[in-house]
Amino acid sequence: MYCNKLPEIPDDRKKIWEKVDNMARANSLWVTAFGTGCGAIELRPLHTSRFDMERFGIAMRPTPRQADVLIISGYLAVKTLKRVIRVYEQIQDPKYIIALGSCTMNGGMYYDSYNTLNILDRYIPVDVYVNGCMPRPEAIIDGFSLLMKKIKEGKAEGWKNYIENLEYYRENQKKVISNWDLPDYNW
Amino acid sequence: MTHLLLSITVTTIAALAWGLLLGGISRMVTARIHGRIGPRLTQNYIDLWKLFRKKSSIHHGTMFWLAPMFRIAGGAGVLLLVPLIVGNTVIVNMSFSGDLLLVVYFMFFGCLGMALGAGDSGHPYAVIAVSRGLAQMSSYELSFSAVILVLAAGLKTLSIEEIVMAQQDGILSWNLFRYPFATVAALITFLPMQMAYPFSIVLAPQEIPIGPPTEYSSRLLSFMFSGRALFGVAKLVLFVNLFFGGASGWVSLLIKTFLLYMFPIFVSSVFPRFRTEQSIRFLWFVPTSLAAIDLLRIMI
Repeated sequence: MYCNKLPEIPDDRKKIWEKVDNMARANSLWVTAFGTGCGAIELRPLHTSRFDMERFGIAMRPTPRQADVLIISGYLAVKTLKRVIRVYEQIQDPKYIIALGSCTMNGGMYYDSYNTLNILDRYIPVDVYVNGCMPRPEAIIDGFSLLMKKIKEGKAEGWKNYIENLEYYRENQKKVISNWDLPDYNW
Repeated sequence: MTHLLLSITVTTIAALAWGLLLGGISRMVTARIHGRIGPRLTQNYIDLWKLFRKKSSIHHGTMFWLAPMFRIAGGAGVLLLVPLIVGNTVIVNMSFSGDLLLVVYFMFFGCLGMALGAGDSGHPYAVIAVSRGLAQMSSYELSFSAVILVLAAGLKTLSIEEIVMAQQDGILSWNLFRYPFATVAALITFLPMQMAYPFSIVLAPQEIPIGPPTEYSSRLLSFMFSGRALFGVAKLVLFVNLFFGGASGWVSLLIKTFLLYMFPIFVSSVFPRFRTEQSIRFLWFVPTSLAAIDLLRIMI
């Protein structure tokens, strides 16, 4: 059973509530537990007493339905992109993407690989990039702080960008995924 | 009538606020046990607000939408049928009109509604969790029924008000000291009721993502969180009334519920999770046998 309706940007938001909402969103970031590449190993220490990401209100959620953030943790293979699209579109708005590592920016050490995407921003909207190969947990926390700052300022609007430019993203996604069998939008 | 409605509203909102605060404290305590700093005290309020204001585009059927309301109704039902403060005539809610059996019915009403909603979501993990949850619920229901039998046989009443009034002659008249085995049995059944380890087989993130609420998001999830907080406080008040002499004032109520709430937190922090059959076997035999000891003491 699929919903054929495409997503819309809600226009009934009042500015005063938007500020309060953004404060709450920034201080309660729930992350989808989905590791796409080798960077996922750097996310584990964030749970531990050494880095403790829960003190910033960041928590892992085992289902995309309840998450706000999707972390593309390192290189993204074409095969994984399909899953990433499904997961990202199942997350309810507003949603954010943090991309870890050089691979998500320019392909990194896999720049000439036949099955690794080089510039992630062409396929899904990235709000924050964290560079490094791999970025250490401190760098990831720094990335989260940057995302929090952007959300508080109302500038983390990658999800709106995705809705507005869905055709552009779909075109790019379909270029690399040869066996495209996804619905119009993965609700 | 206006007074009753006002009383019900105030009680429900206050219980929700207290439940969320207790949840925040529990997250902090758990973090400290892990050697972490942990989230803010107000983290649960922030999470709830964020969820409430998040967009939702998921529809899985009528029961899917109704389940969180069932959960809230179950929690509020238990809370409003239980006397909060001994002898308080201002906030009485409906504590005179329900006995222990009705309260127990309400306790399972919320869980059953939740099960139907999760089933309607169609997610395989939700269905596995529901089957686990109902199996576990029927096993701790047996133990809890044995505990209720002890109270009914010992005090010759099922009215919660009369049970509380029977414990007003000093600390030694508390059912904790009159029926210690039944109290221990009840505290053991309190763990699965709060979905605490080692009985956390329903919400088992590492096994069945998050169980029944796997498909729930945004506003519906916020209702579910509220229902859980409300339900938690309702069960705490019920247990305080049944075994710990009730509450003589608001401060006493807050202290007693707080201390009782800490019990599953500490147990949760040091135990791993049972498998489903281990949990059911344990709940069938251990607390039921403990309650049976007190029942035999009363009969002899």
